This record gives sequence, C-alpha cells and structure tokens, in this order.
Amino acid sequence: MPKRTDIHKILLIGSGPIVIGQGCEFDYSGVQACKALKSDGYEVILVNSNPATVMTDPEMADRTYIEPLTVNVLQEIIRKDRPDAILPTLGGQTALNLAMELEDRNILQRYQVELIGADAQAIRRAEDRLLFKETMQKIGLDLPQSGSAHSESEAITIAQSIGCWPLIIRPGFTLGGTGGGIAHHQEEFLTIVRRGLEASLNHEVLIEESLLGWKEFEMEVMRDKKGSSVIVCSIENLDPMGIHTGDSITIAPIQTLTDREYQAMRDDSLKVLAAIGVETGGANVQWAVNPETGRRIIIEMNPRVSRSSALASKATGFPIAKIAAKLAVGYTLDELRNDITGSTPSCFEPALDYVVTKVPRFTFEKFSAADPHLGTQMKSVGEAMAIGRNLKESLQKALRSLEIGRSGFGADGKDEKYEAVSDEELEEKLLAPDSERFFFLRAALKRGWTIEKIYGLTKIDRFFLRHLAELASYEEEIRSAKSILSIDACLLRQAKSFGYSDKQIAFLLHASESEVFDKRKEWKIFPSFCSVDTCAGEFEAITPYYYSCYAEHGDPFHPHDNKKSIMILGGGPNRIGQGIEFDYCCCHAAFALRKAGYEVVMVNSNPETVSTDYDTSDKLYFEPLTLENIRHIYEREQCSGVIVQFGGQTPLNLAQELKKTGMNVIGTSPDDIDLAEDREFFKQLSSEIGILQPDNGIAHRPQDALEIARKIGYPVLVRPSFVLGGRGMVIVHHESNLEKYVEEASSIADGKTILIDRFLENAIELDVDCISDGETTVIGAVLEHVEPTGCHSGDSASITPPQNLSGGVLEKIRKYARDFVAALHVNGLMNMQLAVKDEDIYMIEINPRASRTIPFVSKAIGVSLPGLAALCMVGKKLKQLGFTQEVDLPYIAVKEAVFPFIKFPGTDILLTPEMKSTGEVMSIDTDAGIAYLKSQISAGNKLPESGNIFLSVKDQDKERLIPIAQKLLKLGFSLFATRGTSTVLYNAGIKCHAIFRISRGRPNILDLIHDRTVQWIINTSESGAEAMTDEVLMRSNAIAAGIPVTTTIPGAEAALNGIQDRMKGNRFRFSSLQEYHRKIMTGK
Amino acid sequence: MKEHTDMNDLWIKQRERKAFLALADGTVFHGYSFGAPEDCTGEVVFNTGMTGYQEILSDPSYAGQFVVLTTAEVGNYGCCPEDMESRSLFLNGLIIQELNPASNYRSKEDLPDFLKRFRKPAIAGIDTRELTMLLRNKGSQKAYLHVSDQDMKEQDAVEKAKAWEGLDGKDYASLVSVKQPYQWNESGKYHVVVYDFGVKYNILRQLAEHGIHVSVVPAETPSGEILSLHPDGVFLSNGPADPSAVGYAVENIRSLLGKLPIMGICLGHQLLGLACGAKCTRLKFGHHGCNHPVRNRLTREVVISSQNHNYALSKLPECLELTHINLNDGSCEGIRHKTLPAFSVQYHPEAAPGPHDAHKLFDIFTQMMEQNQ
Repeated sequence: MPKRTDIHKILLIGSGPIVIGQGCEFDYSGVQACKALKSDGYEVILVNSNPATVMTDPEMADRTYIEPLTVNVLQEIIRKDRPDAILPTLGGQTALNLAMELEDRNILQRYQVELIGADAQAIRRAEDRLLFKETMQKIGLDLPQSGSAHSESEAITIAQSIGCWPLIIRPGFTLGGTGGGIAHHQEEFLTIVRRGLEASLNHEVLIEESLLGWKEFEMEVMRDKKGSSVIVCSIENLDPMGIHTGDSITIAPIQTLTDREYQAMRDDSLKVLAAIGVETGGANVQWAVNPETGRRIIIEMNPRVSRSSALASKATGFPIAKIAAKLAVGYTLDELRNDITGSTPSCFEPALDYVVTKVPRFTFEKFSAADPHLGTQMKSVGEAMAIGRNLKESLQKALRSLEIGRSGFGADGKDEKYEAVSDEELEEKLLAPDSERFFFLRAALKRGWTIEKIYGLTKIDRFFLRHLAELASYEEEIRSAKSILSIDACLLRQAKSFGYSDKQIAFLLHASESEVFDKRKEWKIFPSFCSVDTCAGEFEAITPYYYSCYAEHGDPFHPHDNKKSIMILGGGPNRIGQGIEFDYCCCHAAFALRKAGYEVVMVNSNPETVSTDYDTSDKLYFEPLTLENIRHIYEREQCSGVIVQFGGQTPLNLAQELKKTGMNVIGTSPDDIDLAEDREFFKQLSSEIGILQPDNGIAHRPQDALEIARKIGYPVLVRPSFVLGGRGMVIVHHESNLEKYVEEASSIADGKTILIDRFLENAIELDVDCISDGETTVIGAVLEHVEPTGCHSGDSASITPPQNLSGGVLEKIRKYARDFVAALHVNGLMNMQLAVKDEDIYMIEINPRASRTIPFVSKAIGVSLPGLAALCMVGKKLKQLGFTQEVDLPYIAVKEAVFPFIKFPGTDILLTPEMKSTGEVMSIDTDAGIAYLKSQISAGNKLPESGNIFLSVKDQDKERLIPIAQKLLKLGFSLFATRGTSTVLYNAGIKCHAIFRISRGRPNILDLIHDRTVQWIINTSESGAEAMTDEVLMRSNAIAAGIPVTTTIPGAEAALNGIQDRMKGNRFRFSSLQEYHRKIMTGK
Repeated sequence: MKEHTDMNDLWIKQRERKAFLALADGTVFHGYSFGAPEDCTGEVVFNTGMTGYQEILSDPSYAGQFVVLTTAEVGNYGCCPEDMESRSLFLNGLIIQELNPASNYRSKEDLPDFLKRFRKPAIAGIDTRELTMLLRNKGSQKAYLHVSDQDMKEQDAVEKAKAWEGLDGKDYASLVSVKQPYQWNESGKYHVVVYDFGVKYNILRQLAEHGIHVSVVPAETPSGEILSLHPDGVFLSNGPADPSAVGYAVENIRSLLGKLPIMGICLGHQLLGLACGAKCTRLKFGHHGCNHPVRNRLTREVVISSQNHNYALSKLPECLELTHINLNDGSCEGIRHKTLPAFSVQYHPEAAPGPHDAHKLFDIFTQMMEQNQ
C-alpha cells in the first residue's frame, strides 16, 4: 500500500522546552519525522517553542513556528496554514494533550484536520485511567486488585479478598492526598484505614494491591494499518516497580523471562495496541511481573513515541520515529526498508547480540531541599546508554558514561563514602533507594552481604545482583596480580571483557592509567568494534553504527573513500547546564562538515539525542566520552582531527589529555582553552585589552578565601573553577556565610581552586557569542539579560538585539571581542559574559567554546554558527563562507528559561548564580513587550491580563516598585501586599490591600494562593541572603498552584510592558521562522 | 566466602579456555566447557532468537547440529520440564558466549545440569558474533567440539571435522522419530495422524488445542497403515537434516495426497513439496531465528515467524502454488496444492520459541478437514 495522496500538508507538534520527563528525545523523533515526511513530498508545518532543537532548524520543515504551544496558537496556525492532517504522536505528552484539546474544542472538525498516527478515541482510551482499565479488562488482562470501602469492616473484607500484603490505601476526596499510606500487615492496615476514613470527605478509602518490588518490563511496539505488528525492543528494568522507569536502570533485551513468558507478554502487548485502537505507529506497553508467581499486570501504555522508544531506537538501530511517521501516512512495515542492512524490510524484530544498559542522570545537588529518594515521580534530568557484549561490560560502560566522576561499578577510589556507613544505614539505603543506590549496593556486596539478603532489601532480580556480586569480587582477582607489570595477559583481557576501564585497573594495581594502556599495547589487548546491525550478524550491515567491546575480532573496518575524517565529541548525558544546546552544536558541525566533503565520526553516549542518530554522522560510535574510549576510536578511524568545542564542558575538559596522547584537537588549541580559565593570565589580558574586571582573586587554599574577600569587599561572587552551569556558585554578603561556603565548595571542586569576584549589583548582564576563523571575527549576537547580575546566565531571560545599551557600549563590545579572539587565538566559537553598569563594561568570563545560547542565536539570525565554526576549524575562512557581517535583526528575539521546580516540592525557586533551569523557549516579534510576553506563555508562566497581584519586594527595590504598581492599577489589576510593601505604596498614593505575613496571621498570601485569589506574584528577596522561610513557602506553594512568580524587578517590568502592549490592542502575530529570516534578507 | 571461590574457579576456567570448537575450514574458537565432557562432531548453525534456548535445545530438528546462540547472556532463566519440545535433546551441542545461573520462579534446573543430564556437550566463552559472521559468509560448517579432558591437537580436531560425513543425504528423521505409535490427545472433533519426523511438542499442543484427536506415528509408517486408522487428516512434522534422504516419506505422502487433507511444517513442508515434484536445495546458512517476516501472498498479511531450516523448496511444479515468501531473501515459505487439500509452511507457526503470530494456520487445517468431510 503506497503513501496517502489525499493529504499534502501535515502539522507536526513538538514537545516544547526540555523539562524533567520530556527531554531531547522528542527532538530526535521530530527530526526523523520531518525528514521522513519531507522525503515523501509532504509539506511539513512544525510548531515548537524550543529553539535548542535541531527540528526547529529552518531546513527541517517547510514552515517552522517557534511559538507558544497552546491551543490558541495552534488554532491560529491551523486557520492560517490549513494543514490536512496533524501528527501528534511524536511530540511527547505535550503534543498528545494539545491534540486532544484541539479535538475537544472542535477545532479539528471546524478546519477539517485529521489526526494521523493515533485518533482521539485511541488517545482517550490510553490516557483516561478508567477507560483504560475498562478496555484492558475487556481483553482479559490482569490489573491490580482493588476495592473501595466505607467502613473498617468493609476494608477488612477487601483486604482479605485481595489476600496479600502490602496494600495501598488512598482516601477518597482529600486535599492533597493526605491520609493515605502503604500497609504491610493487618495492624498497620487498620491504622491507615481509620486515618483515611477520617480524612476523606466522603468517608471512603480505596484499597489497592501493591506492586512494589515486582519486576518491571516494557515492550516497544510498532503497528501498521494492516495490523502487522513488531516488537522493536524489549526492555527490563533492573530497578523493581516503585521506581519510575525514567529513573530506573534499564536493560535491553529482556533478560529473565522464558520464551513462554516473553511471548505471552508480546501477544498481550499487541492486543493492547489493537484494543486501544492505535491504527499505526509506535507505542510503549509497560508490565509488572510478580517474581514469585509470574502473575503479570498491565501498568500503562503510551500511544506515541516516547523516551523509551528513543532508547529502543538507539539500542536496536530501528528508527522508530521515522518509521512511525511513514506508517502514519499510509505505508506498511513490509514496504519500508531496514536502513541498517539496506537489504531487508522494516517488518521484523531486531535481534540483539549485545546488552544495552541505560542509566539515569540526576542533579539533586542543585536542589538541596528536594527529597533525593527515588519513587514514582520521575526526577532524573538525563540518561546515558552503553552497549557491551555482556551485561557486566555494558553496566560498567554505562556507569562511566554518566560523567559523575565514576569509572564504572566502583574500583576507582571513590567508594569510601559508601563503604563507611553503618550496617543499619546501609540497609536503609538499600531499602529506600536514592540516586547513589548502586554504589551502596557495591558496598553491601563488599561487606559480604549475601545476594539473598540484598534481594530482600532491594528486590533487584538475583540475575542482576549476581553480576554485580561478580564484579565486586572480581576486584580482588585484579588485585591478586599485585602490579601492572606482573599482571597475566589472560587476566588483563578478562578484566577488560568485564568492562573494567584502564582507570579502574590502575587504581586496583596502584598504577597510572597510561601504564595500564602501555601494558595492553604490549599484549595487543585492544577493543574490537562491533556494529549495531539489527540482526545479530545474520545479514551484512551497511550503516556504520558501532560500539566497542573486548571480543577477539569485531566487525570489519569500512574505510571511507579518500575523505578526511573528523571526530566530533558529544556532550554525554543531559544535565542541568549541559543539555540539548550542545547536541544541537554537534549536529550542526556534523552537517556542515559532511556537506563540505569530510567524513564525520560522532562519539556520544546520550540516547536521547539527534547526534546519536545514525543519519547525522558518517560513522557513529556509541561510547563513553573518556580518554580511553576516544583514543581507540581515533586510532581506528585514523581521524585527522577532533573537535572539542561543541559538546560542552565534557570534551573541553578532555582537550589537554587528548592532545597529550597525540590527537589533533582542531579549533582553538587546548593551551589557549586553558589560558582562558587561567585567572592570573586572564586578569592581565583584560587589563592589557583595557576592559574592566570586577575585583577578583583566587583562593588556592580555603583560608585564603576570607582574606581575599575582605580585600575585595562584600558582596562577593564565589565558585569553584572548571564547572559548567554555575555549580557551587553563590553570592556571599557576609564573612560568616563565606566560611561555610568554603568548607562545602572544597568537596565539590575536587581539589581545584575557588574563584572570588566582587559582585556587581544591579548591573545588566550580557552574553556575546562570536565566531572567528583567526582572521575575521564576527559577532553572532549580543544578548541582554532581563534579570540583573546574580542570576545564572542560563536561567535568565535574554533579548536580542539589546534594548538598553548605547551605541558606544556596543562598539566597545565589538572591539573587546576582536581583541580577546586575537589574544586567545580563537578558531571557532567564543562566548563572552559581560556586565554593564552606568556605561562601564566589565568582563566576567570568556568561554572559548560553543555556549548554551548558540542555538538561540543561530535561530535568531538565521545563520548556523556551529556549522560555520566547524568549517573554520578545518581551515575554511569566513570570507569564503560569506559570513563577515553582524546580522542586523529587524525583529526582537527573546529566550526564556524553564525550571523543574514543580518536580521538587519545597525547593526555593529564587534565581541564583547556580543554574537550575532544564530548558528554554524562544519567541520573536517586532514589539519587544509582545515578544517577552510570548516567551512567558511559552515557558508556562500564565501572566494574567486582569485580576489580583501580590507584591512583596526587598527594601532596595521598593522605589522601583512604585511605577510598576501604578501601571498595574491603571491596567485594572487589584494589588495585595504585606505591611512593609503596602506602606510604601500607600505613601506613594497607591491603593492596595494589606494582608498578614504568613507567620503573623490570616488571611495571608498562602490563603490567597489556595483560593486562587491572586493570579500573579511579584516577589524579590535579598540576593544570597538566607532565604526567609515565609517567602520560600509562598513561592513553592505558588508554583505548585500554577501561579506565576516573578522574582526580579526587571522581569516584572518586562512582563508589564508586554501586558501593556497587549492591552493597547497589539495582537499576537504568528510568523514562521522562514518568514522572519526572509525579513533579514530583505532588510525589513 | 563460598560464592567467591566458586567464581574464582570459573574465572580461571574462563581464562584457560581449554575447550575449543574446530571448524572444517581450519578456524578454531576457544572457550570453556559447561555441558557433558564428551567430544563430538556436527554441523554448526546459528540462531538469533533472544529467548527460548530450552525449546531450541529440545527441538529434534537440530539433530546432528551444534547451535550457536547469538544472544549475549544465556541460562538466565534456567530450565523447566514444561518447556521441553520433545522427550530428549537431539542436537549435538550448544555454543554460547556468556553462561548464567538461573533466576526465574519457573526454573527447576540450571542449564549446565540440564545439558549434562542429557549428556550434551556445550562450550561458553565463544565470540559468537565472529562465528556467526563466519557462517554467514562461508555457509554452515562441519565442526569438531572438543570439551573432554583428553589432550587434543587443534589440527587433529580440524581433520576430524573435515572427515565427518555431514548431514547431506543423511536420514536423521528416523533416528529422532518415536519407535512406537502413541496418542497425544485421545479425543477431538477430528482425528489427525502426525508423522513424527522429529515433531515438536508445541505442534501437538496446538493441534490438541484446536480440538483435534492426535495420534503420533513413527516416520517410516507406511501410508496404508495410516489410512487404516481412518483419520480426518495427516500432519507432516518438522524434523532434522536432509529431505532428499527420506525417500520413504516422500513415497508415503504421494500415496496419501488427495485421500486425506495434509498439513506440513518445515521438513514436512519440504517432503510435501518433493512429493508433488518440487526441488529442494540447501540454503547457504539457513534460517534460524524468531524474527523473519513472512508474507502470505494470498492475504498480503505479514507475520513475524519462527524459523529453523537449512533447506528450502525451489522450482515448484505446476500443481503447487507459492503461498508464502520470506521477505528477507524471497525464499519459499509456504505452498498449497492447487487442486488437492494439502498445504504446508517452511516456518514454524507453532513457535516455541518465537512469536505466536501464525497460530491461526492450524485453523486452516481444521477448515480443510471440515470441508473434506
């Protein structure tokens, strides 16, 4: 059956900014979908607010709207562009929800738009708990047993009929789900039931069988319109039920099911798709299996491409999103070719002859008040995947891919902390897992705890525990060699095949990493490279997608015809401070170099990304980003250069080592990269160039910090050197706080020094991104931050072109950029962070690499800066490439950050020098106010156009609040404030309702939040000061209630300007990126 | 710590790599023995299924063969009596990469104990991908598996592999077939006699589930004896080795054609084809796995199939219709007689191991019997 010819224009909905639970996997799926649909001649319209995505590149779709993902916006776009169909299954939950809203509001019907991939009925059946339950019961699937009781005796009857512990008790109709719990025995049960019945407004408790500790599995299914279905990948969670899949370590393929169990699960997974009504496309079905009885229960199904399907695609080589897009337009699986073999159809189930491990990456250190325990709410921000020929190798590779400073499953000298805990604490750690559970597990094994005991505590299948136990005890086997010089070749080879890195072996044998490498060289113990071929070697693979292992031979090497080979190092797992923006840069570098005739070798370990799509580079190596792994690939591919500028801090930190081992680091040299970080040099350079720097100093020892701070004067900005995302960076106002900080920082900085700067209060901060080929330097854009200094640049909104800078200042900035580029011999990209106060420009820092803002800038100016930079690195000149002039923007582009606070209840949302945002949105308009307002809508800050506003600002902001309050009143808002603020307003003649402070009485702001009486809160606090409990409580409650909180005066001003412009009658206009870029060309 | 000492012994064994597999082309793969310590010759084939090693081991079709499992970790879920596909193990040996103790509530026995109980040799620690790619490029190989404690030179093993007679022209069906007829299921709407050329239990289970009275007879049972049982249909089972070596079966089938509805699977399919005048040729390395797409040319439906065969039908005569094809290589996966009630498939609708997509083929058989009444 060929593709459909009755539809021509397809609207694709993206997933918006990166948030926890919805990461860059949807960029990967979106890119595949755009490519697939365009190659079939469809006109693709794309809506996505996230500028850091490759999918929103103007070449990807025919019309790209970087606009808020709301129903109103989509309606406008549908009205304007009249698509024939909407493909909602590739943009995560966001796209699915929007599609349902479009359907519910009859917009699809009105404009005659068809949902393809999954229809509204199917989505509803999968999403609605009750409907889902009914549908599953109809096809005979097992669900958790449950019942509702109105009395103790009813509760007991239900408990007896379920017949097993533990039981989950949830009171019906309570506020915030209080009064529930898990009961492990009768006594506990009755206590919770009594409490629950009391808490429940309708005197009802729901009692449900608990699946905690059951085994968890997933199947990734594809189905075409003829009903042909395949399991692309089966996944087993190493962590049992009770820990969100996104936070679990997962393994592919399934390891512990017999064929009978596996096939029964497969049959039922296919039945689920049919019953839900997924007509075509990919879906994910999740199962829980009782380890003692084999009883299997359906957990959920997602009728769309998901995080798991991105993982499944990378784990198997089967491009789920691409195929899903093709199936949605009418193809069937047997009509589509398997890209990897080139000779067989896509209608097959990939066979794996390797083991894939995914490990989640957490950032609890950023949210100290957050509960670090893993549970049913996802908390991880990224993930790493590794492929090995056996489970042990795969696990160890995955752990070192995480970039948390560990080289594998321990054995790297960093286990003291875990080994030192008491037996009781260790038991507790295994019972209530947190992000470090794996290392506590190793400590337990080292302590001689049996697999049975650990199984009892963790419910991790014995199969996995045995492998971990083997690794823990194999450390002794390696140690038994006594020294690296006397180690037996067979032992060394075995250690490598168990996934031990040179670093681990070096630690165990008191040797250096290079000594281990030399020994391997002596014995020719080198990794071999096998391909991810979808078929376990049955057919020849034509797509070079590789992983390393210590099998004897590996797949034959495919040399590329006379092309120079350039290696690009990716950024590894996403984390706060290093995310999709860097993957964007890696991808663009790859695209540009391939187009220019180079062979691109990509190395990365992040399964969510576009860079690890086998289509992006010529050769893909799914490997940990460590010196050991990289050097073997470099040698095998005989690369002529390696690029470290695009993957964020990860490859940059490796630059010197790479160079030392003889690799050719192209672009700005590792020595110059180091110089930019060398504070003394930098200080001197700044003064030579004639730019001001905030007074600063370096503390090499903790005690020096206090002295330096005293000399500079408070407030000071302190941080450890060599970190990304402002990790450990704070503003300190008093000496006592500094003492405390120094103590903590020395643990984070890992022996490195502490940097101390005079903090410039209330200055305008700027990000300047520029590019240079060594001869010509061009400014990409100057971004003006909305929030003042003191807020991490990744967390503040920024606007380009800048709105509050004089021509003189801009001219100076251009000169400084040229001077620094020359001094640091920059070849490629450079980012400058500056502060401007009263026309004085201060240099804050320079990063001789791609910055987080590069995708946003590239989108804003319509030029791929990373692409050009990559070409500069291989010797092309900007003059040749036609980019010698700064782009003059005929519109305003705004970037706003998006935060994960809602996932970490109780944490303060105040913006600080430590970066906390997970993602970003972009908006464009010719009116600055409107552009900013749109960015707020995109970021999910629902700023009101009428209603009540609560104001509470710190003393030094009170003057600036007065005009804001006046404007608000004029626009018809009512104002509320606590006494301090309201007195100031009252004295200025502004009417406002005074309310109590939280700790003083009621009604207070918490009441206003809970009644939804306020629609917006403007609240500023002393930066760096100990946050007031009252304020933290207010802010976190507001976020939980979905009420926008603005925490800076400039932020409030910008928002107010937008609201004002809007109320003046300025309508939102929605233009595609392509249209905006044409404006640049025509200069209008 | 007992666990540690056990592991230590294992690690030493893994490092010593005393056992080896010598191929007739001279390639030698080293590993360690974990089954019965008995040397053996056989033909090496690979299977890409990721589950179902016990079903594969107990499938009589593998008689005379060493099976390489490409999946990385094996033994994980142990072995249990319900998952047997025949009364014994008929293959010559097992070749794997990583061996694991069992972790599954159904398991009654660890894989090494299971193999030893049936006196089957096995080798682990083999680079199975390398071996698989070799088989892909050079075709199935004759081999000698050395797992005993006796000293043996690699070259001698290679010679033994070369000298082995191989499977071509050999009748293994009569070797693995039952010697006495028996009833698998004693009642049912239809009575089917199953020719046991090496039948898998799941075929019998499937027939019984379709309400069929199932009688199983030895491979060499003459057609007259079948007819004297007055069945409603005849089933030709799967089985090992070379269809051209089972001339007696071809003769019997020829005389049953048209008299009773016939269904065949795998070897049974090849024999039906030969009986109708088709040719049968050896594939380079066969189909062995659980993931092959097969298209029904009549309904255009595609199923994911379980596969295990080295030979395939070619050059179909006028009386046969090609009903199924393998989408990977276009080979024949199913036929039916244009005028008589007889059909067969090359793949395994009974699965075990593998997907159940094609279970409904057994319905076609019952329909055929119904129409024939």
